[in-house]
Order: sequence, then C-alpha cells, then structure tokens
Amino acid sequence: MGRLARADRLAVLLLVVLALATLVVPMVSSQDPLAIGDVLALRLLPPFSTDAQGHFHLLGTDRFGRDLFVRMMLAGRISLAVGVLGSLFAGLVGVVAGAIAAWSRGVVDWALMAVADALLALPRLVLLLVCAALWAPGLGTVVVVLIATGWMGIARLVRAELLGVRAQPYVESAEALGASSVRVLARHALPNALGPAIVATTLGVGNAILLESGLSFLGLGIQPPRPSWGNMIAGGRDLIVVAPWVALAPGLALVATVLACTLIGDSLRDRLAGETAETLRDRV
Amino acid sequence: MLRRLAGALLLLWLVLTITFALIRLAPGDPATFLVPPSATAADAARIRAELGLDRSLLVQYAHWGKRLLRGDLGESFSLRQPVGTALRDALPISIGLGGASLLLTFLIGVPIGLWQAVRRGRPVDRALTVATTLVYAAPSFWLALALVAVFTYGAAVWGFPASMRLPAFGVRAPGLELHGLPAVLDVIRHALLPVTILAAVGAAGIARFSRSSIADALGHDSVRTARAKGASPARVYFRHVLATILPALVVLFALSLPGLVAGSIFVEAVFAWPGMGRLMVNAIAARDYPLVMGAATIYAALVLFANLAGDLALPLVDPRRRT
Repeated sequence: MGRLARADRLAVLLLVVLALATLVVPMVSSQDPLAIGDVLALRLLPPFSTDAQGHFHLLGTDRFGRDLFVRMMLAGRISLAVGVLGSLFAGLVGVVAGAIAAWSRGVVDWALMAVADALLALPRLVLLLVCAALWAPGLGTVVVVLIATGWMGIARLVRAELLGVRAQPYVESAEALGASSVRVLARHALPNALGPAIVATTLGVGNAILLESGLSFLGLGIQPPRPSWGNMIAGGRDLIVVAPWVALAPGLALVATVLACTLIGDSLRDRLAGETAETLRDRV
Repeated sequence: MLRRLAGALLLLWLVLTITFALIRLAPGDPATFLVPPSATAADAARIRAELGLDRSLLVQYAHWGKRLLRGDLGESFSLRQPVGTALRDALPISIGLGGASLLLTFLIGVPIGLWQAVRRGRPVDRALTVATTLVYAAPSFWLALALVAVFTYGAAVWGFPASMRLPAFGVRAPGLELHGLPAVLDVIRHALLPVTILAAVGAAGIARFSRSSIADALGHDSVRTARAKGASPARVYFRHVLATILPALVVLFALSLPGLVAGSIFVEAVFAWPGMGRLMVNAIAARDYPLVMGAATIYAALVLFANLAGDLALPLVDPRRRT
C-alpha cells in the first residue's frame, strides 16, 4: 500500500510539474514558439544542440527552426485543457443524464438509455470522426465532440448506481419524511452514487487527451499554427526518416501526461469504486 | 434470446438513423468534391439531382432504408463503385491486421500478467509494470512512428543489415509482380510493424488487467485449499486461477472484437494501409454519404454482435451465469 501511495504522489507531482511547465516555459523562454526566424540556419537541429546565436535547444528544432521544447509546452496548455474540459463536461452531462433517467423512469428513462446504447454501438473513434465533421475543425469542436461521445458510459454507471441507492432505507426514510424528489436525489442519493462516475471521469482525462491527439494527428482536431501534441506529431511525420525527433519529441509529454492520469485513475478506482467493470482505453 | 436479438436490431436501426442525421447535418456538399474546378453551379446542381440529393431528407432516408433492407448499400459517390465492393476491398485488410494483433494481444498479454502475478513485487514484476503502463499510455500512432524511425533513420545511422530493414509503408512492395509464397512473405514483411504496434498496445492493456485479476484470484480460498491439498502449481494455475479470471477475459475478448476493424484507424494511417480506417476518414471528408453509412453499418453490426457474443459465451465459462 505504501508503494502504491508513493506512485500516486509521483503521478500527481508529475502532472503538476507538467501543467506548471506548460504555463511558465513559453512565458519565460527566449524562444518564440510561433514565430519563424532564420529558417535555413535553425531548422531541424537535433536535440541537445546549440545554434549559432548560442540558444540551447533541448529537444531540437522543427522544419521552421522553432524550438520543439517550448512548442511542446505551449501545445501542452491546449492538450491538457482539452483533455480536462472534455472529460469533465462529459462526466457532468453523463451524471445529469443518468440522474434524469433513474429518477424519471418510464419513457424518459427508456429514451435516454436507448440513445446512450445506440451511441455506444459505434466504436468511439468512429463516432468521434462522424461528429468532428459537423463543425469546422478547431479547439471548440474537439471539446464538444469529446463531450458528445463521452457521456454515455457515465450516464449508464450513474443510473445503475442510483437505482441501487434508491432501494436503500435512508432514501426511503427521506421520502417518508416528505422530502421532495429533487431533494432526495441531490442530498441523499446522488452523493452516494457518484464514486464510479468520478473514477470513470478521472480515467477519462487521459483517454480524452489521447483522443484529442489522435484527431489532431489526422488533421481533424486542433489546427496549426496553434500547436497541440497531436498536430505536432503529425507535422513531423514526413520528416521521420531524416529528423525523427520532430515527430517523437512531442509524444514524450503526451505519454508522461497519460501515464500520470492512468496511475491516478487506477488508484482512485481501487479506493473508491472497488471492483467495477474493467474497461480498456480506446485504441488511439 | 430472441428478445436480445430484436433489441440489437432496434439499436442498429437507431444508431444508423443517428449517423444518417449527423452526416447530413454536417456542412459540405458532396457535389463540390465531384465536379471539375471549372464547373458551373448548374453542373453541380445536375450532379446533385443525379445522386438524388435534391429530394427531401425524409425521402432520401426512406430510400436508404428500403435499399438497406434489400441488402443494397448503394453506390459510393467518390469511388464510383458499389459500397459493397469498396467494403470488400477494405475489410480483409483491417480484419487481417486486427485479427492477427488480437490473437497476439491475448497470447502475449495473459502470460505476461500471469508471470507478473506469480512474481508479484519482484524486480521482474516491477519492470513489466513500468513497461506495460508506458506502452498503455502511448498513442499507437506515436509508437508506430517511433518504430518507423528505428527502421529508417535508425537503420541508416546504426547500419542495420539489409535483412533487418523492414518496409515502413504500404501493404506490398510496389512495382513487383509477386505470386505464391513470395507474395505472401512480402505481405507478412509489410505487416510486421503494424501488427507489432497493435499487439503491443493491446497486450499491455490485457497484461495490466490479467495481473490484477490473477493477483486477486491467487488470494481466493479456493486457491489456498487447492494448495493445502497438495495440488501442483500447474494445476492450481490452470484449474483454479484461470477458471476464476476466464469469464472476465471472455468478456474482454468479446469487447475487443469491434477493435478488429476500428482499432487500427491510426496504425492504418501511419503505415498507409488501405483498410476500413482510411476508407471511413476519406468517406467523411468527401461527404460520401452512402460509403459513410455502409462503413457505419459494419462497425455498428460488429459492436452489437460482439455484445451478443459476450452474453452468449459467458454462461459457457461461468457456471454461475447458467440458468
């Protein structure tokens, strides 16, 4: 148990350091992650090299001579924000939908669950691709699409938990004491049914970051010149034979972030939810 | 069982209707992708009429539904061939890629998880935990690019022998007319990198799952009793531990079935394999409505089939589920 806790602390520390770095590094760096300077002199410098002006490039430079480390950090702001917002709001929509379904029963319950099941009947990647066509690619579209394709599982979880909680004596006594249906739900039932939803949402952060990177990699997500980890990897793809670091460097931050999210989600699951249905992440 | 089947068919209809609505709501006009740059608005209108896009959405929906019931998926706008033919070309590629990697996923993942559970807390376990968690956290397209870099950039820098230089792109060598065994070997050489990536990502997930569930199973009373009765380790692992985790593995396997086709979208993109992933991405980009609907039908049918298969298989491996 002690080792597990240490791994957790490391994961949280890693996430905090990464998040702070994405905020601070682009601000204090002498390198402009977006401006294009002397392309011929600066482009495709390998990692750990120093250019003619004496600037050190930890991860090297891309085809336009921009510093990859600073760009990776700037991209991290967007990738982290998209991942957190996407899964958080997907979780919220899921909780609301699940609560409405469980508490209204009847036709509303049936219709909500039918839509959730129908959307779950397409692999999430496929649904993501179809939804991404609805709006012009960009930041807002990615977040909306992550929410639209991510709420169903959580809605099912919350509904199932609520139906279990509903039969508990404390809910019945609250109802017997004359508490309104909404009050019983919000005050008594929901707090006891949120555990699995919180775990699923936390595990969803890493997944959402991966999905964002995948969409951006395919050119359907965050659009250049705004950097995201996915579109930076895509941008270095045709250089993989001559300058592999351009595509591979941004993935380091991506892997570190998803790793930390997975570890935190895992231990939350062990603590809060006990044995829940095992799910594997989408294969991005 | 009939009820479940009817429910699945109802869901299939519902998800296809939602897909129909979504792709039609998406802005963009398929005609603009089909006319030459010099075409006039009248030309575009004529093409729209030819494709039946000038009629109301409800009429088009009814038309699509009627054809689907007859098993006709229609004609692709962008490929100018029946959707069925396009799917028949793309499906075997994705299924071959997905099938090979799915088998490897379980054949490699479960033994790794077992090994880790047996050696719990030892250096082997910790090293493998780090490795599987890292691979599990990495996107497949990034891992794929890393492997490509090793076999292109790395091969040149570190001077790999010729036999170690694996082809990084495509299904078969271009410009060669190969038949029989050489043709098969050529495809296998090309499949080596994509299958490795897919199997590694899959096996990492299965190993993580197997390790924790086998570790749980090792703590069960049944295992302690079996050991106390002097059962051999092999008997303990196969008869007691494996029997405990088999239901969960079967469910996982069933849930992985759609990944046969959908799991390789990104790997197909990196290695330029003309499978279902590329078909779907291109069809959506070109607003090729019949092709999108055809591919969605395959995907949804696979997911629903996998769910049914999981439900049917569970009683076979878990006596408690028998009624």
